[in-house]
Order: sequence, then C-alpha cells, then structure tokens
Amino acid sequence: MQNNGWDNFEIGAMLRSFDGEIKDIATTHQEDRNYSSSNSFTASVADWRIEKPIFNKDYCIDCQFCWIFCPDISIISRDKKMIGVDMDHCKGCGICVEVCPTNPKSLLMFPEQADEEVELAGWPEKDKEEK
Amino acid sequence: MAFDKMKLRDIEVWDGNFAAAQALRQAQVDVVAAYPITPSTPIVEGYAKFLADGYIEGEFVMVESEHAAMSGCIGAAAAGGRVATATSSQGFALMVETLYQASGMRIPIVLNVVNRALAAPLNVNGDHSDMYLGRDSGWIQLDAYSPQEAYDLNFIAFKVSEDHDVRLPCMVHQDGFMTSHTAQGVHTLSDDVAYNFIGDYKPMNEMLDLDHPVTHGVQTEEDWHFEHKARQHNDLMTKVMPKIQTAFDDFEKLTGRKYNIVESYDMDDADVTVICMGTSVETAREVAKEMRVKGIKAGVVGIRVFRPFPFAEIKEALKNVKAIAVLDRSAPGGTPGAMFNEIAGALYNTDDRALLSGYIYGLGGRDLTKAHLVDLYTELQANVDAGKVTTPLQQFIGVRGPKLAFL
Repeated sequence: MQNNGWDNFEIGAMLRSFDGEIKDIATTHQEDRNYSSSNSFTASVADWRIEKPIFNKDYCIDCQFCWIFCPDISIISRDKKMIGVDMDHCKGCGICVEVCPTNPKSLLMFPEQADEEVELAGWPEKDKEEK
Repeated sequence: MAFDKMKLRDIEVWDGNFAAAQALRQAQVDVVAAYPITPSTPIVEGYAKFLADGYIEGEFVMVESEHAAMSGCIGAAAAGGRVATATSSQGFALMVETLYQASGMRIPIVLNVVNRALAAPLNVNGDHSDMYLGRDSGWIQLDAYSPQEAYDLNFIAFKVSEDHDVRLPCMVHQDGFMTSHTAQGVHTLSDDVAYNFIGDYKPMNEMLDLDHPVTHGVQTEEDWHFEHKARQHNDLMTKVMPKIQTAFDDFEKLTGRKYNIVESYDMDDADVTVICMGTSVETAREVAKEMRVKGIKAGVVGIRVFRPFPFAEIKEALKNVKAIAVLDRSAPGGTPGAMFNEIAGALYNTDDRALLSGYIYGLGGRDLTKAHLVDLYTELQANVDAGKVTTPLQQFIGVRGPKLAFL
C-alpha cells in the first residue's frame, strides 16, 4: 500500500474491512478473520496507553462484565471464559477494572512499565468486611 | 416492479420543476432526501406525490435542513441506491459542505438545482450565484435552458453519474421561475423508454453488500489525501466528457433531440458572439438572428456542461470569432465574472485571441431584455471595427443609476 500511486487504488474515500469475501462474520472470532491491512484491527494503539490492566485469573468468576463494558472490544473471552486483554487495542481506560465485581478485583490498573509476574505475586488480599 | 406506470401524451405542458419531477419518477429513484426551498420545492414535492400515489417504489426522507438532505442522499447512495434531490440558493449554500463529501466519496447523486440568487438581500428569483458556488465542488454540472432540457438532462445525469468509470455526482441546473415555473410543451418519453435509457442501477462498493464490508468517507491526511484528489480530478478531466458525449449521442438516437457539450448557434461565420447560460441563451439566439438582418454576423454560445469545464470544446467553438461577450449572472465579488475568467483562461494560449469583454447581468432575476442584447452586439461590432475592446472589460447591464463599469 505504501507504494501505491494515485492511479492504482480503488476510487472514493473507501476502505475494505476484509480481504476478499466474508461469510458468517458474526460467528468468526477476530483471530480467524481475514482483516485487510487498512482495517484498524491490524493497527496497534498500545502506545496510547499510560496505565494498563493486568488480569489475575485466580479471582475471576467469568461474569463477563469487563467484556460487555470494554469500549474497544479488547477483552478476549472464549466460550464465556475470560482469557485476557488484547494489549494491541486496549487504551488503558480502566472501565474493566471499575466494573469487576470480585474481591479482590481480578483486573487492576498498573503503570505501563509494571512487570506482570511481579504484580500478580503481590496481588492485594481480600478486603475484610467491617463489622 | 411493484408500481403503476403513467401514460403520458407525446407532448405535455410542463414547467421545469414538473419536468424534473417526472424524470425522477421515470428514473425510479430509490431515495429522495429533501428539504423544501423556493423555487425548487415542486421537484421533490412531485416525487413525493408520485411515490404516495404508487407510481414509484422508493423512499422519501423528510429532513431538517439541506445539509441533512444531502447527507441522507450520500448515505443512501453509499448504501447502494439510486438517489436524487433538489434545492436552490441558500439551501444549496447549506449543502455545500456535503457536496464536497459526495464527490470525494465518488457517490453518484443527481441534484436538481433551480438557480436562485444568494442573499443578502433575500431574493427568490433566478441568477447563477448558487450554480457558481458549486463550481469547485467536484460535481458534474449540466445546464438546462428550458423545461424540455431540464427533463432530458436528468436522464443524461443519471446515466453519466452512475457509470462505474465516472461515479461522480451530477447537478442539473435550470433557471428559477423562468424555467422552473414557466410551462412549455415538453416532448415526453414513455416510462419504459426513459427507464431503459438509464438502465437498472448498478451498485458499486455498496455498504449493503454484507459479504464485502466497506467503510465510506474515511479520513486521510497529508499521506494520502493528495492521491485521492488527484484521482478524482483526473477522472473529471479525462473520463467524464467522453461519457457525456456518448450519452448525448445515445439520447439523440432515441429522441432526435441533440445536445452538445458546448452549444453553438449561428456560429459558422459569426464575427461577434455572446456566451451565456440558462434562459438567456434562448433570448440571445433570437436577438442574434435579428442582428444578422441588420448586417452584424452575430452568434451565440451556450455552456451546456459547466463542470468539468469544456476547454477544448470552447476553443473550437470560438476559433474564428472576432469579439466575444461573456455574460455572468452572478455578483462577481471583486473579480471579473467566473465565466469571463474561464473563457479567458481557455483562449489565452490560442493563436487568434478574440477581443474579450465581460458583462454582469440579471442579478436577482432582473430581466435580460432583447434591447440589452441589441446594445451588447452593437458594442461587440464596434470592438471588431476598432480592432480593440472599446469598452471597460466589465460592464453591468440593466442596473439603475449611473453606468457601472470596471477594469
């Protein structure tokens, strides 16, 4: 695409989402879709992020709240099981952490440079209910 | 097709608006998104009535402004339908932002523009201010001088605009009231003949093709914008005129009515000529004939295709003429008239540059009378006799008060 001149791209301010014909796209997972090079899915926006979510599957109850609320379709869930976060498209808004209902939360925000294994090892304890 | 056909007489008495509305019916336009404005309202009103009466299978979308009207048309056309609307003057001005979107997105739409002055002062009558406002918008602009032509040129517009090599929106202009509200005999086409001339709409990159999803109206910055605009300009400059000529040729075979990219009347041996658009062409033709009786070899050149501008055809039409008057029906805003500049630009590098002078006339629907044109041709002949332009380059015709002239 970088070498295209004015005379060899399709007319109009128009971009194709996929290379070639697609069938039954609604039931095809993202990793199996034939996204075109002009589709935003093929571009990383990870550098927009200042803080990142880290997922701790030990506390996750697979409620799917984060999957529903994520504005960038960046929560990866398969068969109703939370798998992780698409770090190419997560912009670090923190909504997933906000809506996470477990105690302690299964998703927490950390500085972009934080080490995942270190943070998982030091995950907060369950909050005690005050009587 | 689940709609009724309409039986038309060979010649119907229609004004320009009704002729255009009938053309939209016969083209079986899928979507009209429209907002009313004088003097163009009866066109979209006509479509809506034909639709309500079961003569069209389509959608009429009432919107809150002309900006929304053209936006709705762009959406419907991007989705993959045959689309048209109409507007005038201030409504056209409000549409301008979306006009550039339509052409840049290579979306075929037919827009009937019933030419009307731009305020202020507020005025509902015809001049070419709105038509001139569209001249850099990337649309094809065809100009009708009569109701018959408003009818015919709509079919040409659909055929050219929807061609996959063109895919550019097209305006059909007619003069407010003088054409839009003046009933004349119009030779009709039967519904089948008219529809078959245009043919079924052939979608391209349509958004409703769910097996091939597309994003229309994308953003490009300094990295790709220039290439898109270069492609658009290239196609306007090289592809549109041949398609228009083919459509004119096909239409002549079908109807016997001949249209030309530049219309020339009495130009074979003309010494002096007037170049103008709209209803003025018909007045000038009559006066030119009368001037010939008086011994002045007068001719008339009418611009049929205003965009893309017919540089080659203009040069050809004007090659043996000695003095030319360019008539601009728009307040020039501190410059020679737009048409004056176009003609000057087209002729500057020709060998026999004729004497060129400009006239501003008819603002806000002021009549251009035969007497005005007699004076004008007489001035042109004086220029020929003197071998130079004897008047200022820009004169106002028909305005009260002291003679107004510049340059």
